[in-house]
Amino acid sequence: MSEHKTELEKEGAVRGTTASYVSGFILSLILTLSAYFVVRQNNDSTQPEFSYQSIITIILALALVQLFVQLLFFLHLDKESKPRWNLMVASFAVTVVLILVLGSLWIMHNLDYHHMESSPATDKAIIKDEGVHY
Amino acid sequence: MSETRAVPVKAKAEYEGSKSIFGFWVYIMTDCVLFASLFATYAVLHNNTAGGPNAKELFNMPYVLAETLILLTSSFVCGLAILAAHNQQKRQVLWLFGLTFVLGLAFLGLEIHEFRNLYMEGNSWRRSGFLSAFFTLVGTHGLHITAGLIWMAVMMIRVSKSGLKLISLRRLTMLSLFWHFLDIIWIFIFTIVFLMGSLLR
Repeated sequence: MSEHKTELEKEGAVRGTTASYVSGFILSLILTLSAYFVVRQNNDSTQPEFSYQSIITIILALALVQLFVQLLFFLHLDKESKPRWNLMVASFAVTVVLILVLGSLWIMHNLDYHHMESSPATDKAIIKDEGVHY
Repeated sequence: MSETRAVPVKAKAEYEGSKSIFGFWVYIMTDCVLFASLFATYAVLHNNTAGGPNAKELFNMPYVLAETLILLTSSFVCGLAILAAHNQQKRQVLWLFGLTFVLGLAFLGLEIHEFRNLYMEGNSWRRSGFLSAFFTLVGTHGLHITAGLIWMAVMMIRVSKSGLKLISLRRLTMLSLFWHFLDIIWIFIFTIVFLMGSLLR
């Protein structure tokens, strides 16, 4: 009966327990709902508690926490036996993802900045930013 | 002349088996890179509405929350199904994967319904850069879900016919990795596209 199970475990398959899936599910529910209600509360109230920037930070942080919750409780990345190839490939993927996303945003933001519609005020701002003096 | 060293068949099978789940994990990680490029595109284009509607005007948040919770539950039930598979409980595997399938199908149905509404209102991918990026990102996720559902249906037929052999268990394990991965991608779509889009400044 458990012959296949140990076989799969040797191959690095998941070894979850019902408890790990249930706690992962409950934590994910809490995180999803709190992100939703933070945004909703902000949109409904006339005097929002948090600024736009801080809400963006809060919901991004909640998403990242949920990523880790699911990696640990659903994908059991922490229970992998050594050498931890899965974790290494995942770290590499995270590196590429960060370069791709942050790099794109950075470059496109910079491009936007240099293609701003020219008005005397923006020209002045650019001249000041770039430290150009006549 | 050539002294071929006979590799025992069983050892060979074990060797190949030991690579397949890891190989599938590597595939999932490259899929992450695919989604990252679509997220980057969306992030760059999300303000380019070309005079059309923006995210705040288009999306119905309770509807999206319902989609999110359905997919999360589906991912959870898939985890329980794989536990049952490891314990060789065939009937439980079939009904738990059946439930995962139904929830996944419900998610896909809601998403197609939403896409159809957007299209009928004239807000298709041709409307603006924002909508092109939106349909590409969310549509690619939807295609992955569709592929996962087809795979799941095939696996359920296999398991019901030939039981939980090692090869089926291996494939079910990969399927569950894939399904959890799609839920993780959806967390970010939910946060970045829908929650941030609906946020009032």
